Amino acid sequence: MSEQPIIELNGVRKRFGRQDVLKGINLSVMEGKTTVIVGGSGQGKSLIIKHILGLMKPDSGSVHVFGKDINRLKKAELRDIRTNFGVLFQTAALFDSMTVFDNVALPLRERTKASEQEVREIVHEKLKMMELEGSDEKYPAQLSGGMRKRVGLARALVLNPKIVFFDEPTTGLDIARSNEIYRVFFRTQKKLKYTAVIVSHDVPRIFKLADYVALIYDGIIQDCLSPEEFQVSENPLIKDFVETTMGQIYTSEQMEGE
Amino acid sequence: MKILDFFEKTGDLALYYINQAGRMALFLLSTLLNIITPPYYKVSYITKQIYIIGSLSIFVIIFTGAFTGMVLGLQGYNTLRKFSSEGLLGSAVALSLIRELGPVLAALMVTGRAGSAICAEIGIMRNSEQIDALECMAIDPLKYIMAPKFIATVISMPLLTAIFDVVGIFGGYIVGVGLLGGNEGAYFSSMAKDVEFQDLYMGFVKSICFGLLIVWICSSKGYFVHMERNGGFGAEGVSRATTNAVVLSSVSILVFDYFITSIML
Repeated sequence: MSEQPIIELNGVRKRFGRQDVLKGINLSVMEGKTTVIVGGSGQGKSLIIKHILGLMKPDSGSVHVFGKDINRLKKAELRDIRTNFGVLFQTAALFDSMTVFDNVALPLRERTKASEQEVREIVHEKLKMMELEGSDEKYPAQLSGGMRKRVGLARALVLNPKIVFFDEPTTGLDIARSNEIYRVFFRTQKKLKYTAVIVSHDVPRIFKLADYVALIYDGIIQDCLSPEEFQVSENPLIKDFVETTMGQIYTSEQMEGE
Repeated sequence: MKILDFFEKTGDLALYYINQAGRMALFLLSTLLNIITPPYYKVSYITKQIYIIGSLSIFVIIFTGAFTGMVLGLQGYNTLRKFSSEGLLGSAVALSLIRELGPVLAALMVTGRAGSAICAEIGIMRNSEQIDALECMAIDPLKYIMAPKFIATVISMPLLTAIFDVVGIFGGYIVGVGLLGGNEGAYFSSMAKDVEFQDLYMGFVKSICFGLLIVWICSSKGYFVHMERNGGFGAEGVSRATTNAVVLSSVSILVFDYFITSIML
């Protein structure tokens, strides 16, 4: 079966005051795959996610999700589209006056007709999946950074979304905690088969999870390639990015030439 | 060039304030629309907010109500004695409280206690992406967070005002009758004779309007904290928005008080 784009951005431009941040973003995210957007800080990576989520409107260009232009939808239609989204924010964005349990239960209580018993079962199942058993009654402020992200992920996955967005999922975490998040991601995606869009600058480790890697530079997606193609791309900007973050890449042709 | 700069800055400022007024007006309309359209929010959300905004304000309302009534008793008794009209103390205290001081001072107290908390809470939710998170979960923050606060404030304000009035009237009684030796019967009989339904109605309307003003201004200042002119980010941004919200609410209460009085008198 050929791959179908589930999200398409065409010529998305966004300007803040006199600063052009996005200068015509073109990007297709394939269904069931993991697309990683990489780029330097302040290039507008998170901004792309905010446009896909409908939290920001582009100055020009269009964002299609499930074939619908989300900036032309009515509020109720946008809400319906968003029921298919799960988002892990950079800061986890947990409700700090609610316990872990209530945080994860919130989408179920507000968006479904599940009974309190069913809510309890589903929340416990998700918390178990995230290795968070026993933390139900804790408040976000009592958790470590890695645990907070895992609670955020449990909340993002609680309605079994079709697309999950990860905004810098490992920023601020040490290597062990980052690996923990990647492990949980890998396991949950395998089980729930969601499409993932990850914004990250954890290169090269994030490449292991990616089906596609897109580089944003100077407000434009320079290219969207498989991790293998990305690492040996001849595009000077991608090459420069790869060499800066990963060091010199040697292809067999180069090695033989030398 | 300096002249051009001046016009540019003035234009910028004017656009900012027009934008802000439009944003706040749309925010109010959308929230009111959310209140009356389904799906409806859980009653427990409203009762929780009534507890936070109303019940927790009772102590400060009783305290300020008592002292306001006491000072009215003190000033009123001494002034009325000059005209040998001490018997009118009851109606003077009651009318001042019911028509003016009760709704205005109770609203100012609620602004300081609950309005600031509403603004800070929503501002922090905005800055820590909690409101974005709600939107992404397809939960409308206007319905989930704002609507219960609006309903709770509009329900709480008349009740708090009534408490303020009653406590104030007894405060006036303690000073005017208990301490200064005014006539007990005259205090209450003059009140019963002079206070009419129209006076109570005016106080009631004012308290509802002030409640709506407080919750509207404070919650919209928090909700749009990221769009504040001098940068609404971080703790400083929230604190600035909260200060602005309290000042704007307090000033609006006094301005609206004048207009409501002039319309209803």
